[in-house]
Amino acid sequence: MKQRSYLALEGISVVFPTKNGPFTAVQNVDLSIEKGQFVALIGHSGCGKSTLLNVIAGLNKPARGVVFLDGETVDKPGPDRAVIFQDHSLLPWLTVEENVRLAVDKTTPGKSRAERRDWVMHNLDLVHMTHAAAKRPGEISGGMKQRVGIARAIAMQPRVLLMDEPFGALDALTRASLQDTVMEIQSQLHTTVVMITHDVDEAVLLADRVVMMTNGPAAAIGEDLPIALERPRNRIEAAELPDYNHARHAILHFLHQRYSNPLDEAA
Amino acid sequence: MSLSSVKLVETDAGLLPETVTAPRGAEIIRHPSAPVQEVPPAMAPSPKWRSALLEALGRFVGAVAPTGLLLVLLLAFWEIACGTEGAALPSPSRIWSESHDVILHPLKGVSFDLSGLHIQDGGDVGIAGHILTSLGRVAYGYGLSAIVGIALGVLIGQSKTAYRALDPLFQVLRTVPPLAWLPISLAIFQQAGPSAIFLIFITAIWPVILNTATGVQNIPQTYRNVSKVLALNPFEYFVKIMLPATVPYMFTGLRIGVGMSWLAIVAAEMVQGGTGIGFFIWDSYNSSLLTDTIVALIWIGLTGFALDRLVAFIGRRVARG
Repeated sequence: MKQRSYLALEGISVVFPTKNGPFTAVQNVDLSIEKGQFVALIGHSGCGKSTLLNVIAGLNKPARGVVFLDGETVDKPGPDRAVIFQDHSLLPWLTVEENVRLAVDKTTPGKSRAERRDWVMHNLDLVHMTHAAAKRPGEISGGMKQRVGIARAIAMQPRVLLMDEPFGALDALTRASLQDTVMEIQSQLHTTVVMITHDVDEAVLLADRVVMMTNGPAAAIGEDLPIALERPRNRIEAAELPDYNHARHAILHFLHQRYSNPLDEAA
Repeated sequence: MSLSSVKLVETDAGLLPETVTAPRGAEIIRHPSAPVQEVPPAMAPSPKWRSALLEALGRFVGAVAPTGLLLVLLLAFWEIACGTEGAALPSPSRIWSESHDVILHPLKGVSFDLSGLHIQDGGDVGIAGHILTSLGRVAYGYGLSAIVGIALGVLIGQSKTAYRALDPLFQVLRTVPPLAWLPISLAIFQQAGPSAIFLIFITAIWPVILNTATGVQNIPQTYRNVSKVLALNPFEYFVKIMLPATVPYMFTGLRIGVGMSWLAIVAAEMVQGGTGIGFFIWDSYNSSLLTDTIVALIWIGLTGFALDRLVAFIGRRVARG
């Protein structure tokens, strides 16, 4: 029997019950991800990217198929698969520090209060947010909230970090700055990451591998493109590399020619 | 237009065509939007605290003046309308002349010491004493309804089955007027005290239940997802996510509930008698002391207002903390 990858999705299908009968969102997806790999999932809206991510998170149950993480099956949500939500999902009644603290308290049993506090501050430092530790989410900008969301997720020391369009709601400049932070952190932690994105440049710049999904219903993996750019990557230098542009072009071709936006076709 | 036809005039800036110059000695007019230079006041400025005090006083007068004015007008109208001999309602001046004992000695029969508050049994108790007796009953009944109401609200907010089972029942029961419960309450408890408390409980509980349930049902899915990813156990979810997310709804219910419980206690005591502000009203009515009744009415209104504000204040503090 062949060796399974660190994170392995085998024959995953997801079906939602609707008024008009069952709706197959994702059909028969196989995906193998090595430890420490950064995978970007790209595809048009409604193609089932989030559904697939939620299956890995354990928030959605697949109708068929199994997810293996480090040899164990995944059947419910847990802090070993931290999720960074698009809407950051910080709890508005807690301060920045308390939001991260909530995650740390659940995932570091047997540590002293001081150790937990230090760990919270260390993770806020990684996302450059120590200055706002005492603020509430309502008092900081969208980009800062998402930085705290990242800190909360990595503070759990997850085996897999799942990012659901983490920067989708941010403006382009803020997004670039957060992408840099993510690359910086990834170079230190080498976490296994699955990131959903709509942004071709973001996918090529951040990922080791871009997985492109076909349009739903019954979406599947259309293409799997390795990005062999050297790290650390720099957005300005990378944009001039032939490899970068080649990858970028391949993804654009997939998204806009082979599987163009289903909403455009309908219009 | 040829160059030669332009008439040049001598100005401070040299020779300029006539069309771009202003006549000599023309007044400079400030543009309306230009900033006006501040002229320092000639007299010494008044101390800061004094102007701050005046400002605060001004704000207070501005806020209170309309109400005060209206009150004076209403009293004047009342006095004119009911001032005649044989009017059905006593006028304000008659209220004062007949009930100034009640107005001036609200604390008769009430004493404080280290062991707490004492209200004289039976006999002659001031109006504040009656209010305190009623408030004590409200504290019990309302406290119970807050605890049970929040618990039931969480239950039907959390569980669809419980909601389907209990919601229709609650919707029917909440329309039953407080006094309609009184015979049942008396039959169950046999005594005046506990049945009054039950009456308040059963009146105040519905808004607490229904608002708490709405709050729980409206917890955003993302918060639920966060708790799932963090693998919070049910107790942690309750304390760290559900309670804080539901507090604004809960306090809406608690605020409506406290108003309704105050309505209920007055009605209950009127029927049952003995002590309390409701009894006081009934007693004064039976003794044909309508002026006392009016004084009690004002006390009841002010106390109800204070209760509402108190719960609203607690709600704001809890939501912020």
